[in-house]
Amino acid sequence: MIALTRPGLSCAVFAAFVLPATVGTAQAATLDDVRAADELKCGINTGLAGFANTDDAGNWVGFDVDYCKALAAAVLGDAGKVQYVSLTGKNRFPALQAGEIEVLARNTTWTFSRDVDLGLTFVGVNYYDGQGFIGPRSLGISSAGELDGASVCIQTGTTTELNLADFFRTNNISYEPVPIETNAEARAAYEAERCDVYTSDASGLAATRATFDNPNDHVILPEIISKEPLGPLVRHGDDQWADIARWVLNALISAEELGVTQANVEALAQKDGGSDNPEIQRMLGSQGSMGAMLGLDADWAVRAIKAVGNYGEIFARHLGPDTRLGLERGLNALYTNGGILYSPPFR
Amino acid sequence: MAAPPRTRIQQISYLWTDERLRGIAFQLLVTTSLALFFAFIIWNTATNLKHAGLASGYGFLQDAASFDINQRLIDYDSTSSYGRAFLVGGLNTVLVAVLGIAAATFIGFLVGLMRLSSNFLVSRIAAIYVELTRNIPLLLQIIFWWVIILALPRVRDSISVGDVLFLNNRGVRMPQPIFEDAFQFVLALIVAGGIGTFFLARWARKRHELTGRTFPVGWSSIGLIFGLPGLSMLFLGLPISLEIPLQGKFNFEGGFNVTPELIALWLALSLYTGAFISEVVRSGILAVDKGQIEAARAVGLPPGLRTRKIILPQALRVIIPPLTNQYLNLTKNSSLAVVIGYQDIVSIGETVLNQSGQALEVISIYMAFYLTLSLLTSLLMNWYNKRTALVRER
Repeated sequence: MIALTRPGLSCAVFAAFVLPATVGTAQAATLDDVRAADELKCGINTGLAGFANTDDAGNWVGFDVDYCKALAAAVLGDAGKVQYVSLTGKNRFPALQAGEIEVLARNTTWTFSRDVDLGLTFVGVNYYDGQGFIGPRSLGISSAGELDGASVCIQTGTTTELNLADFFRTNNISYEPVPIETNAEARAAYEAERCDVYTSDASGLAATRATFDNPNDHVILPEIISKEPLGPLVRHGDDQWADIARWVLNALISAEELGVTQANVEALAQKDGGSDNPEIQRMLGSQGSMGAMLGLDADWAVRAIKAVGNYGEIFARHLGPDTRLGLERGLNALYTNGGILYSPPFR
Repeated sequence: MAAPPRTRIQQISYLWTDERLRGIAFQLLVTTSLALFFAFIIWNTATNLKHAGLASGYGFLQDAASFDINQRLIDYDSTSSYGRAFLVGGLNTVLVAVLGIAAATFIGFLVGLMRLSSNFLVSRIAAIYVELTRNIPLLLQIIFWWVIILALPRVRDSISVGDVLFLNNRGVRMPQPIFEDAFQFVLALIVAGGIGTFFLARWARKRHELTGRTFPVGWSSIGLIFGLPGLSMLFLGLPISLEIPLQGKFNFEGGFNVTPELIALWLALSLYTGAFISEVVRSGILAVDKGQIEAARAVGLPPGLRTRKIILPQALRVIIPPLTNQYLNLTKNSSLAVVIGYQDIVSIGETVLNQSGQALEVISIYMAFYLTLSLLTSLLMNWYNKRTALVRER
């Protein structure tokens, strides 16, 4: 697996910067490019349970995949017109910067340097995550502060190592880092007790724990040592496209808040006999011209919600308590339900 | 009969038929088009990078790295710079490459000689080893050894050797020597012993060539390098103490730990490359003329001397160029370390890349590093190759 990704990256970089014969490919008008290709190129994870993985039939499914589908439905009118580009932690940014994909929805943490220095625009947060620890119950520890002298397995690929170093440095305790690139090997090392604890984003830990033989023998420690707001992102330089990506996400969140679901969205969007809530009317295009302002037609949000459902439905389908991951909404509940999920209004 | 004066066209075709001029013309053409091609590639890449806002240079190397490394040959902590992190990773690569080359060479020569043995069992065992290791992908072998080591007893059930050395699935924890100030004197004696041995060996060789009398250089060098400093240590009251590892809550604390990742990578690289080297050695030895061996036997040289003085010096001339290739392969293959989490330059570079997003800069550092390391190895081996070649002409 690894041996394949490294040349893959070099090839991507080579192809992206050396081969294009004409200097200065079009930066603006991403919308026109997507329409001309009649296909949305969406960057996703190479495989993370719940967020982006393939089902038995080989189709991509997951929380991030559904965002791609919603965007394609809004822009192209068909949730199936997505070309999924699975990307590693390393090559995701070059792929976006070089224009190989139009949007990246791959558990990517919104940070200052990515937003500013790498020339990317985060369009919002679709999952509030944070880095945590999992350890064997038999170790008898109840807090990460007790880990002085422990060996810590780390799945690399994000800023996991940095958060870990900061945490141990702040608490003035020592540890042995064991950084491993793939989840499979890192898990194997943890299971063989090469390490005392394993650290990754809490959502990922839940996904990993679900696959252990005896999930109850392992506890997730209460400390969340970092803020990991994950969200989709686009390139700098095309504000219209960034607006579309941002408001598709906001529409999914607002839909949950307003009670618009996959089942009732079409009925609510009717001009006569539909919803009489003005915000729903504006969002679903039965009143006003919000679609035209985005450069889309009036039904853009209807199609997005019809394709994948509202945020709550997407979460329940891929991450919620009824899935293998069994994640609670927690911070990701609507602000009206004790979470911090909050979409700006449609007006 | 005088030749008719050449027409203009004939003059031009004369230019064409002149081999030397034609050669120059083609070389010019090829050089110019190659230069233009590369100039275009570089210009195009640079412009595209600038356009994508990606070429931000190497300034980030001075920023704080903010991550930790578990195996450090030089001082490093999370407040050190990215540049220093690369240095730590580079040294880790050099460490496993040097250890690997030493072990692979030893295994290679041993197995190469075993394979040529007239003893059926010995030569069969060597053949089975070679076929087994060189036909299984290295990546699998690295993971294989790593899994084997992870299956060792856990920390609480460590295998203890005399209560000072502990073996478990987190590596080998051994006592760490702590040097006191007076040890510098011992160190100076060791260096002096080394220099003394060098001159002694030169004098002994000259005397052997002039008078035919031999001098036991090997034994006296051991005395000079180890014996004298060892004696002085007794007089100085052993200026060296050992820090014995103690069992802590999670791990052993104190002492010196060799990580399972280093052991697994070193084993896999040495055994894999050792198989290839053994074939190189075998071919080198088989390339020595049979007459040479018969002649050595005829003048009554014992088997040990026969191998050392007659076969090996001649075989080395054939062995060294392909041996260099194997050394370079081993060094480059060490980058597979990233799978099991050995923090070599690639593993550390990936962390840097993830944190800083400077993909192209990091990749260019990889390339420059491996190129430099490989060129240094080649340089060293070419120098040695020249030396062994000269021996033949003398």
